[in-house]
Amino acid sequence: MRIHDALSGLLLALLAVAILVTVSQYPPIPGQNVGPSAFPGVVAILLLGCSLLLIWRGIRGERMPLVVMGAWTRSTRHAINFLLVIASLLFYIFCSEFFGFIITGTLILAILFYVLGVRPVLILPVAIVSTLVIHLIFYKFLRVPLPWGLLQGLHW
Amino acid sequence: MDLLTLTAAATKLVFDPYVLLVMVGSAAFGLFVGAIPGLTATMATALLVPITFFMPPVPAVAAIVTATAMAIFSGDIPGALLRIPGTPASAAYTDEAYQMTLKGQSELALGAGLVFSAIGGLFGTAVLIAAAPALAEIALKFSSFEYFWLVILGLSAAVFIGSNSVLKAVISLLIGLLVASVGLDNPGGYPRFTFGNTELMGGISMIPMMVGMFAISEILRFVVNIDPPARVLVQRLGNVFAGMWALTKKYPVQILRGSVLGTAVGIMPGAGADMASWMSYALSKKFSKESEKFGTGHVEGIVESGAANNSALGGAWIPAMVFGIPGDSITAIAIGVLYLKGLNPGPTLFLNHPENVYAIFLVFIVANIIMIPLGWMTIRLATNILRVPGNILMPIILLFCAVGAFAINNTVFGVTITLIFGLLAYVMEENGFPVAPAILGVVLGTMLEENFVTSMIKADGNPLVFFERPIAAGLGALTCVILFWPLASWLVRRLRTRPAY
Repeated sequence: MRIHDALSGLLLALLAVAILVTVSQYPPIPGQNVGPSAFPGVVAILLLGCSLLLIWRGIRGERMPLVVMGAWTRSTRHAINFLLVIASLLFYIFCSEFFGFIITGTLILAILFYVLGVRPVLILPVAIVSTLVIHLIFYKFLRVPLPWGLLQGLHW
Repeated sequence: MDLLTLTAAATKLVFDPYVLLVMVGSAAFGLFVGAIPGLTATMATALLVPITFFMPPVPAVAAIVTATAMAIFSGDIPGALLRIPGTPASAAYTDEAYQMTLKGQSELALGAGLVFSAIGGLFGTAVLIAAAPALAEIALKFSSFEYFWLVILGLSAAVFIGSNSVLKAVISLLIGLLVASVGLDNPGGYPRFTFGNTELMGGISMIPMMVGMFAISEILRFVVNIDPPARVLVQRLGNVFAGMWALTKKYPVQILRGSVLGTAVGIMPGAGADMASWMSYALSKKFSKESEKFGTGHVEGIVESGAANNSALGGAWIPAMVFGIPGDSITAIAIGVLYLKGLNPGPTLFLNHPENVYAIFLVFIVANIIMIPLGWMTIRLATNILRVPGNILMPIILLFCAVGAFAINNTVFGVTITLIFGLLAYVMEENGFPVAPAILGVVLGTMLEENFVTSMIKADGNPLVFFERPIAAGLGALTCVILFWPLASWLVRRLRTRPAY
């Protein structure tokens, strides 16, 4: 996804202005001339300057549409791949607590293996074994409290 | 403590079965990751960090040093066999190595990569051992003014070296600095940019962020890649060590030049192994007596830049350990780990924990020595490693990233950070914004703000105080030259090209 320099410059300039507005409301440290607002303030001013320069360069530079999507977005298969990677992480964020790590992990791997064209006989075995290996490393060796979720009764 | 007791203490720390096991394990991991095209040495480091989080300091650093040294070497393998560099650091001589494979000399190309990587790595280590403690002595006298200029100098070098668009690199750096200012950790302890979210109070955790920027973005690039996969030139590889002694005798100047240049490039903030290998390949071609043979499968350039990219690793650790200023994105991650382990980099590290410093030196030596046998084994297994399918590997890495990001604070908020920064890094790279300056900005942001605010309070409104101390004045002047150089040269160019009326 390529964004026109003028457009990214505009977005960055808006971000810089938003930061300057937020920072202006920060309380000063009594008796000091610099407080929590000084550093982000300076950085935001520099960012504003740079984004204006980027807008100027974008307008003078090559003519292109505001946003050009990569060639892959025209291939449904690749667009689905992209969305599924993001969906997998969202699924992990929102559902790993409920389903537990082992179910979540196996599901994510199995679905991604399927869409990426792994041989069907391999999908489930590899998904289950890899999830269990990762679980072993983090839960047993590194003592990370990965959630058990629905499998709570089985925990070892 | 004198040198002997220090060395003895360091030896005890490193030659511990647990540490050695960690080193062998991370060596195997680094060799594997480096040999897979699309997985970079930086990604190897980012994936290791969630695991090192749970280790004591010395094995944690050992894991990172070993894995990166191995990954930089093993990036040569797919370069020679597939014509795809395994890591960006091998890209400079990939064509050369592939031409050698076509001529049936892949053993020579890979052997040269392996042996001279180890030699270059040891050279960089020697410079690190010699220079770091001496520099630390000087750095002890630094006040907030010197540190302020040093950080600015490091950041401006990072922006001006090794990026196609300086403007975009600056913007990337500023975004990094803004990310660093999220949370309570600031003068005044005021919650900045937290949107009332308690998880953001502690700031944006560095590890989930790095995993996102270096691993998730790479996975996204893999799943949307529409080019067909490359085919392995399957062939039996012979003895890779044959002819290495002859090469050493034939090209001693090249080996030395590559190692020196690599170390120097490594020391400069913002330029790492990739830059070292490109520069030294170009230098090798320029000074070669047979420069017409370059590009047709000639080993000379591989010898020189193979040494350069590994020596850059040792060089990059000099500013990282002495000043806490990373030389490249790998040391940026390593600095994050040092902070987590309570080994805050800086001159006091050499005073308070000298045995750990010497242990890190020793780790570098050991890593570069075990590179030879382990690298040899990897080359033997190369054709098998290259057949590992990406469509199985990438989802597993994705799950690993999610768990790693979760493990740092045991909340899924880490996974959210990983996702957001993964997408951000993907979009940034698509649009020509380099990611490395952003990482340096995040790592150095807190330190920069601390020294900026302290200096401002000391200066009490008088900016000249920033130049009052001699070293600060020197660093400040140098920084101004670097900062205004592009502007000045642009102005000069413009005045010259302006038509006379």
